[in-house]
Amino acid sequence: MNLASGKKNILIIDDEQVVIDSISKIAKESNFSFDSVLDAASALQKISSIEFDLIICDIMLPGMDGFQFLGALESKGIDTPVIMTTGYSTIENAVKSLYSGAIEFIPKPFSIDEMTSVIKRGIKYNYLQRIRKSNDKSILLVPCPAKYFRLGYSSWMNKDLDGSVLIGATNFFIKTIEPIRKIELLDVNEILTQASSAVKFETEDGLIHQLYSVISGSILARNERLLKEPELLEKDPYFDGWIYRLIPSELEYEMKLLIPCSSDRT
Amino acid sequence: MFKKISIKLITVVSATAVLIIGVYSYYNIKSQGDVLQAEVERHINQLSESVKNSTRYVMLLNQREHLQEMITRIGKDPNIYNVRILNKEGAIIYSAVKDDIGRMLDKNAESCYACHAANKPLEKLPIKDRTRIFKSSENGPRVMGVINPIDNEKSCYDADCHAHPQNEKVLGVLDVTISLADVDEQIKQNEIRELIFALISISAIGLIIWIFLKRWLDKPVKELVQATDQVAAGNLNYIIKNLSNDELGTLGKSFNNMTKKLDETSQQLYQSTKMASLGQLAAGVAHEINNPLTGVLTYSSFLLKRTKDNPQMQEDLNVIVRETIRSREIVKGLLDFARQSTPKKSTIDVGEIFNRALTVVNNQMKINKIALIKDFDESLPKITADANQIQQVFLNLLVNAIDAIGDNGTITVRTSQVNLPPKGTMQIKKAVCPKTHNLIDSEYKIGGFPALRLKIKLNGNEGFVHIDPVYGSHRHYFGISGGINNNVKLSCPVCDLSVLDKVNKCPKCGGPTYKIQIPNQGYIEGCAAFKDDWQRWEFIDRTGESKFVEIDITDTGCGIPPEIQSKIFEPFFSTKGQRGTGLGLSVIWGIVDNHKGTISVQSDVGKGTTFSIRLPQNESVR
Repeated sequence: MNLASGKKNILIIDDEQVVIDSISKIAKESNFSFDSVLDAASALQKISSIEFDLIICDIMLPGMDGFQFLGALESKGIDTPVIMTTGYSTIENAVKSLYSGAIEFIPKPFSIDEMTSVIKRGIKYNYLQRIRKSNDKSILLVPCPAKYFRLGYSSWMNKDLDGSVLIGATNFFIKTIEPIRKIELLDVNEILTQASSAVKFETEDGLIHQLYSVISGSILARNERLLKEPELLEKDPYFDGWIYRLIPSELEYEMKLLIPCSSDRT
Repeated sequence: MFKKISIKLITVVSATAVLIIGVYSYYNIKSQGDVLQAEVERHINQLSESVKNSTRYVMLLNQREHLQEMITRIGKDPNIYNVRILNKEGAIIYSAVKDDIGRMLDKNAESCYACHAANKPLEKLPIKDRTRIFKSSENGPRVMGVINPIDNEKSCYDADCHAHPQNEKVLGVLDVTISLADVDEQIKQNEIRELIFALISISAIGLIIWIFLKRWLDKPVKELVQATDQVAAGNLNYIIKNLSNDELGTLGKSFNNMTKKLDETSQQLYQSTKMASLGQLAAGVAHEINNPLTGVLTYSSFLLKRTKDNPQMQEDLNVIVRETIRSREIVKGLLDFARQSTPKKSTIDVGEIFNRALTVVNNQMKINKIALIKDFDESLPKITADANQIQQVFLNLLVNAIDAIGDNGTITVRTSQVNLPPKGTMQIKKAVCPKTHNLIDSEYKIGGFPALRLKIKLNGNEGFVHIDPVYGSHRHYFGISGGINNNVKLSCPVCDLSVLDKVNKCPKCGGPTYKIQIPNQGYIEGCAAFKDDWQRWEFIDRTGESKFVEIDITDTGCGIPPEIQSKIFEPFFSTKGQRGTGLGLSVIWGIVDNHKGTISVQSDVGKGTTFSIRLPQNESVR
């Protein structure tokens, strides 16, 4: 099975032709093939006959909306990664998308680079997922510790005994972007909101990848070691590779929208 | 006519007055007449007696011409109607009126009737029965007459003339009559005087009642009705002024209170529905605009990549990309504005946030030829605040400034640091009694903040005192009457435990002091006799002055008239007519207040307006 090579196929679902055109242009630029539909029902039809590597889906669609589409995929057992996008870009929509099974959330309008980095991550995600399923031992994915919680697949949090919360990036996320050239961290005392950009990773291809904050809170400390040795993130993503220590502000409420890592071990 | 309470009351009181004064006047006139008549009666009796005595001598001498002469002379007095002497047979033998002499009187005549009512004539007549009143003629004046019997005496029958035998008891009758014209005239005048007095009294009573009813009843009722109409018409800002201290004043006060509550509730309701619909609109707009923007951004970015060798085109395309990204930020701002999200506080640079707000209105300012002068304090510290909300505050104030200026003008923005003492600015938000019962009364506000409520006991009186929640401010409210002295007792309204400090005395007046625990912030102490303004909050005093960042936005616009300056922060107050929602400044006020800051305005009509915002520097993160 050749997973790494071969032209990747993307399905674009949006009720506005200009958005489809824009995304397809970006996809073409990165040398991906694509297909597009104007609503979720025809997308489901298409998926049943053609295999896609990635789906980019609008939230507000005529008939079945983006969230219902995610539900339909899950019930059909289709695990093609989905990137959600919307013009109504609220934090609530972003968190709900990630909780409902989407791997990314990108607000409209997006720049070419923003969309390109998300698409590339999505393609890589799909590739890694296939490998994991095929029991290929060439790539080892370190699972998130059982007592941790994650937002989507990319970032994790762990509540410390003193009430502060550590957050970091999952091994899965790092694997979708590596190799990392540069890490950009926020300053201590800055306030993070759930699902807002917390860390910027610059990769060798010049793209910027954003990691979302798992919860809201103010930054108590940041892991300065990462700036000098970004490889820590890959070597020990769940302990020495932590990124921020936060004082959470709305932990109880926000935890409900997180996925316990214990559910990954079935 | 009788639908007015005042008219009803005046009618009833006037009728009562008419009745009372009428009865009084009637009896007054009657008694005055009686007194006058009695006086005349006394006088006439005296006269009659005098005539009898003075004629006695000439009678004894039997000088008849002389007697007639005397009677004629007496009769000449204008008050005397007639004087005559009758003999036993009823013949007039002497009279002031000469024609009467010799005339026989019937026994039934009014002068004879007193004695001859019975068949046998009376020989003795009591004095009170001698008087009679009769009409002289049909239209003539009333006349009072007195008959005086001339009794037979020894000197009479012993006289030389031998005119009278000894066995006769009564020799004749002296009849004196006096005209009552003067008396009647006086009685009549009295009647007229009495009537005039009665009329004046009744009208005066009516007038006085009318004046006071108008002031105490009519006016307040009219004001109440007017206020009700105003409120019914939707003017919930209407307040009844000049409240009296009676029941109507209390009613007015309750009315004002009710209107205020109604106003607050309806404003809250109105604001939330307005914000909700605004939110829906913004969401729709954001969604609709973001889709085409996606196309513009993607295609222009591609053109940018494709024309790397054409610097001229690159420059133009860069403008398109940059402006599209700016549009994205504006739409995002619209969404943030519509969603009244809880403040997401972070450390922000006020100058930077201001510049962000400026990008939205920069073009408008250029079109209107408005210059901007930035006078930023370079050493201004960062503050903890919600960047989006503060940006919204600046944006709103800038838009208002542009609207006020119109064309050609200047907007000056100045940032600075100010230090304010804790006294007069720090608000007591929590206070507990020694048993940790909450002392803050959210129902009673002083200066807009919930006050501290304590039970106060003084000289057997008991009530509540509300202490001003602003440290160092003394707008207390005392729920008991009379002055407060050193015997005062202050305690928790729930458990009655004293909050007086047993050790320390007031350093200013030596009186008792209270000491109330402020959770996590030490104790507040103050003079419990409230004779002076001594107050101490050591915890806060130790932290020193509070540092604020001040932002002044000054425009050279039309200014705000003084009479509406107090209203501009009220929701839905707008001078922009159809163009404004009237929410801007009230939302700003709410945001600044949420940040524990203050906003004030200073304006001169025709010269311009300055809005000053003060935000605390060290506002701890939630």
